[in-house]
Amino acid sequence: MKNIFKITYLIALILIGATQVNAAEKVDFLKTDWSFKGLFGKFDRGSLQRGYQVYKEVCASCHSMKYLSYRNLFEPGGPEFTEEQAKAIAASFEVNDGPNNDGEMFIRPAKLSDKFVMPFENIKAAQAANGGAYPPDMSVLAKARTGGVDYIYSLLLGYEDAPSGVTLDDGVYYNKYMYGNNIKMAEPLSDGLVEYSDGTTASKEQMAKDVTTFLMWAAEPHLESRHKMGFKAILYLIILTILVYFSMKKIWSRIESEV
Amino acid sequence: MSDHEYAPKSKFGKWFNDRLPLLTLASHLTDYPTPKNLNYWWTFGGILTFCLITQIVTGLTLAMHYIAHVDMAFESVEHIMRDVNYGWLIRYIHANGASMFFLAVYIHIFRSLFYGSYKSPREIIWIIGIIIYLLMMAAAFMGYVLPWGQMSFWGATVITNLFSAIPLVGEGIVNWLWGGYSVDNPTLTRFFTLHYLLPFLILGLVVLHIWALHVPGNNNPVGIDVKKPSKDTVPFHPYIVIKDAFALLMFMIIFAFFVFYSPNILGHADNYIEANPMVTPAHIVPEWYLLPFYAILRSVPDKLLGVIAMLSAILILAALPWLDTSKIRSAVFRPLYKQFYWILVVDVLVLGYVGAMPAEGLYLLIARVATAYYFIHFLIILPVLGFKEKTIPLPLNITEPVLGGMPMASAVKKKESLN
Amino acid sequence: MSEKKPERREFLFTASYAVGAVGVGAVVWPLVDQMNPDASVKALASTEVDVSSVKLGKTITVLWRGKPVFIKRRTPEEIAEARAVKLEDLKDPQKDEDRAKNPEWLVMVGVCTHLGCVPLNDKGDYNGWFCPCHGSHYDTSGRIRKGPAPTNMEVPKYEFVNSNTIKIG
Repeated sequence: MKNIFKITYLIALILIGATQVNAAEKVDFLKTDWSFKGLFGKFDRGSLQRGYQVYKEVCASCHSMKYLSYRNLFEPGGPEFTEEQAKAIAASFEVNDGPNNDGEMFIRPAKLSDKFVMPFENIKAAQAANGGAYPPDMSVLAKARTGGVDYIYSLLLGYEDAPSGVTLDDGVYYNKYMYGNNIKMAEPLSDGLVEYSDGTTASKEQMAKDVTTFLMWAAEPHLESRHKMGFKAILYLIILTILVYFSMKKIWSRIESEV
Repeated sequence: MSDHEYAPKSKFGKWFNDRLPLLTLASHLTDYPTPKNLNYWWTFGGILTFCLITQIVTGLTLAMHYIAHVDMAFESVEHIMRDVNYGWLIRYIHANGASMFFLAVYIHIFRSLFYGSYKSPREIIWIIGIIIYLLMMAAAFMGYVLPWGQMSFWGATVITNLFSAIPLVGEGIVNWLWGGYSVDNPTLTRFFTLHYLLPFLILGLVVLHIWALHVPGNNNPVGIDVKKPSKDTVPFHPYIVIKDAFALLMFMIIFAFFVFYSPNILGHADNYIEANPMVTPAHIVPEWYLLPFYAILRSVPDKLLGVIAMLSAILILAALPWLDTSKIRSAVFRPLYKQFYWILVVDVLVLGYVGAMPAEGLYLLIARVATAYYFIHFLIILPVLGFKEKTIPLPLNITEPVLGGMPMASAVKKKESLN
Repeated sequence: MSEKKPERREFLFTASYAVGAVGVGAVVWPLVDQMNPDASVKALASTEVDVSSVKLGKTITVLWRGKPVFIKRRTPEEIAEARAVKLEDLKDPQKDEDRAKNPEWLVMVGVCTHLGCVPLNDKGDYNGWFCPCHGSHYDTSGRIRKGPAPTNMEVPKYEFVNSNTIKIG
């Protein structure tokens, strides 16, 4: 029995070691409380809805979110707007559709089943409009950066004046947390930039937190059901393990008593 | 298999069994005499079978939704993660399953190294095992390419470029592997095909691996031959089955923890960025389970020699039954070998660590020393040790208490003290 | 003690098996369910069809959820024929009034209820549809009259957005 705990411990150690090698470079990110961390972590609906507002009003003019659909906005586990609200949000965007019976493309308001409308037709157009830098698609951004949400949150708040001796090209900004410190995105947030409909004060930190929470949900829309199912699955496994352990003891007692 | 003849009880059973002896096979498997002193390190055979089946089942279901095309692969994975019913669960099991599979296979290999399970008469089992391990690496590598993220693309580029080290034909071979002049759609589709095929080859080899095992029977922690069936053995069912099940469940708890609570922690963030042939990520590292070999590759300053060193590090294992000249199997009775064994374990862990670090300065030096030691262990220490080492006398049978403490012996003692 | 022992053993084993079986079931379900229509398929939008150009007595076929939908602008004779049929003559009794709320327009999924072929327009013994695969005859209301098909052709959920546009789904 001791032996199996040793083995379990060893497995855990190796895996933890394996997780560490990926984060070779350690940066101290700004910390904030994320409601979605931990065994029972859930998204804060208000934060998600505010986060969507920040995305829509601030980020969406450059950053696409091409893997999300408007229906996701009312599906459970997300911002959970009402279906009517989600429909209204969708209808405020225009999509290209067609060809119709005359063979022509036409423009219509977006529907729930449509993907988020992209600010640019393609990557080249996005680059051309942004000084050669492609504003990354934000659908999975929270998973696509080492440090994840902490990195994004820090980056949004990490704009500083360049230290003396560092000269920046035109259209390049200094950010403490950006890889290489040079970033082509101007500081996107400032206090009071958006007006939250729920009355929350739109401080820079609040907006950064809300939009980062929204991005985490966008990258991992099933996070809540994953946490819920995980708890059940592990509890189940522990119960079965205990049952099997005692069954094993029973069965082996036939042999051990002979020895 | 000739230890006893099995006769089905029912008339139909007999009729069927005479034509296809499935019942004889089942009876052989359940009654298979297993040394009763096997400890938990021996449960990883069963755990590995579970891993293989899990990967095949989840892989088949993923393949129903995945699209092997450079324009759609990344998107189809996102489709699986977002829209397919339980798609996120199946994909996370598959992705983390690869890590768990390798973890289990490393424990399985190092158990074999400690207890000398590769020695006569089990050389064939061992060599089949090495082939399985090689195919696993190939399958894992090609599977990692399929999501078509940045790490997929650049991992594929780097690994396939290893072949360009071959003089004269190298470039031709690489272009042949790619089906073009860079990693592109033809590469992706053929990797998908092979990634689909390899697990079934592995499955076939696993059957051979187990077949070859059932001829001489299991080695055991004491490492001496066990007469079978005898007082020293127990039937596989229920004794070993229940023990394997218990160990498997412990393993599954850890597995589940990763799937549900840290599904991406063993992967690399860059693989959530769609492949871009114009930009290489700042840090490119293989998956953790390939790091020791990656370190060996980088420790050699010459391209061709580096590739040769890396391949030799794996292939040298196949020669192990003949490199180890000691007649004693278990390290329990080989005090010197035991020490060198643990040095090798540390050496491999060090290689894994430096494999993840940038190849420069001190890390490079450590990598070189560790690589040299790896080969010295197998090519010099093991052959010499067999002749020079003074071993501890072997017990007459596996139940006789010995130095080094067997789990079974201690269990008996504990029981006695309780009474 | 010795009497109780086998009882506990049996309970333990039964419990282990039972709990194990529940787990296997719980694992099988996601593997089965992943083949069901996924969220993006289920969310597929309704189709809006412009019917202003359909002439009297003509049928157009549009695609909805990957299936053909017949939209027929029926003539008064066809409507009268459909409404004159007695319910007891029908294999799958249904009033024409229930199938076509606006009698001029018949909207139904153009899939034979036998084995899924697409029936041909204006064919068959009842002036409606005829399925070439196994010979099912449908009347001018799309009801099965003769042949192996068990039920009438299905009427999907639809509404008139305005006098010229039908929204299916």
